[in-house]
Amino acid sequence: MVTGVTREIRLRVNGTAYALHVPNRRTLVDLLRYDLGLTGTKEACSVGVCGVCSVLLNGRLVAACLLLAAQADGAEITTIEGIAAADGELHPLQRSFVEHGGFQCGICTPGQIIAAKALLDEIASPSEEEIKEWMMGNLCRCTGYYQIVESIKAAV
Amino acid sequence: MLETYGENARPMAGGTALVNFLKQGLIAAEYVISLERIPGLGQITVRPDGLHIGALTRHREVETSSIVKEHAPLLAEVYRRVATVRIRNMATVGGGLAHADPAQDPPLALLALDASVRLVSRGGERVVPVQDLFTDYYETVIQPAELLTEVVVPPQPSAAKATYLKFLPRSEDDYATVAVAALAEVAEGICRRVRVAIGAAGPTPIRAHAVENALHGQPISHAAIEAAAQTVAQEVDPLDDFRGPAEYKRDMAVVFTRRALTHVLSNGAVQ
Repeated sequence: MVTGVTREIRLRVNGTAYALHVPNRRTLVDLLRYDLGLTGTKEACSVGVCGVCSVLLNGRLVAACLLLAAQADGAEITTIEGIAAADGELHPLQRSFVEHGGFQCGICTPGQIIAAKALLDEIASPSEEEIKEWMMGNLCRCTGYYQIVESIKAAV
Repeated sequence: MLETYGENARPMAGGTALVNFLKQGLIAAEYVISLERIPGLGQITVRPDGLHIGALTRHREVETSSIVKEHAPLLAEVYRRVATVRIRNMATVGGGLAHADPAQDPPLALLALDASVRLVSRGGERVVPVQDLFTDYYETVIQPAELLTEVVVPPQPSAAKATYLKFLPRSEDDYATVAVAALAEVAEGICRRVRVAIGAAGPTPIRAHAVENALHGQPISHAAIEAAAQTVAQEVDPLDDFRGPAEYKRDMAVVFTRRALTHVLSNGAVQ
């Protein structure tokens, strides 16, 4: 990609305001990881399939690997680093994933939890079918899907 | 801007397709022009000539819209079958159509519903039936200085029954191996209207005119449906890929057309 030209991006990430000069074709996931050091958001497939780069953009679940940072100009982004309480108290979904074995190797976990948060923000009490349909876009190669669904059900 | 930069610029809406192509070096355009903040292109409205869906409407909005569910339930269902909720939150109606991947779901519903798109340039505008929009793999009739601004779905006969069958031997969020949309209206055992669209089985999604002609005005029977579905084998032109060999897809196009026709033409009373 052509990366020579930069632009200024202003956005809020987990409540903190940033103004950054980034290459025009910087993706949002690269901005988060390399410019802001927020490495909780991962990049794996890079084509929008696997779900590890899931973040919330103005509350909407999106794939940060398929968004140019410029598209997030002016937006509020929420990443896995931003969902625990200010005093460090874990988000109910984070606690539930710990208590119900919702993660094994952990690579997919930030994306799973962000996607699950978007689900519960939209449907407060989802059925198991709704959980499975929503979460099918977050791949776990340890194949711990049962525990992921259990974790989400327990956090409702 | 599109006129100034010509082929050296690409308009972008949600970016799910274009950012992928940029990252893979499949598009050499130096300029990307974002359309996302153009006002007024993200609405769903009902007018006398049908349902109007603005080009910047996101897939997820079509899927969840009560207006779409009321006026074109097939469309809401088909948009729900695209990829995952994360992609549907990003991808737009206009962007998807301009991308013109023949394995996409929405064009099939739009073909079955006889929808059109509005293409606007500084010089004027034209309305193109979705049937005439696609020309080849990832190619459309949209000119470099034109933008697709909306989709128009004409009012549907209230007695029509519609279905969408997506053959997914790999995973639920995959592109179809073969997909079929069908819409039909039956009165007193006679097929009064039928439209069939097939995707992932050639360079563009197609209307299966031979199927439609074979059934139009005919009494409905298993034999008539079977004979009509067989004509699909000559209409599709699939490729070998990791979703299956071409011959297999050709066979599956017939099978899924037969199943879709059986669903939309019968009320459990096919002779």
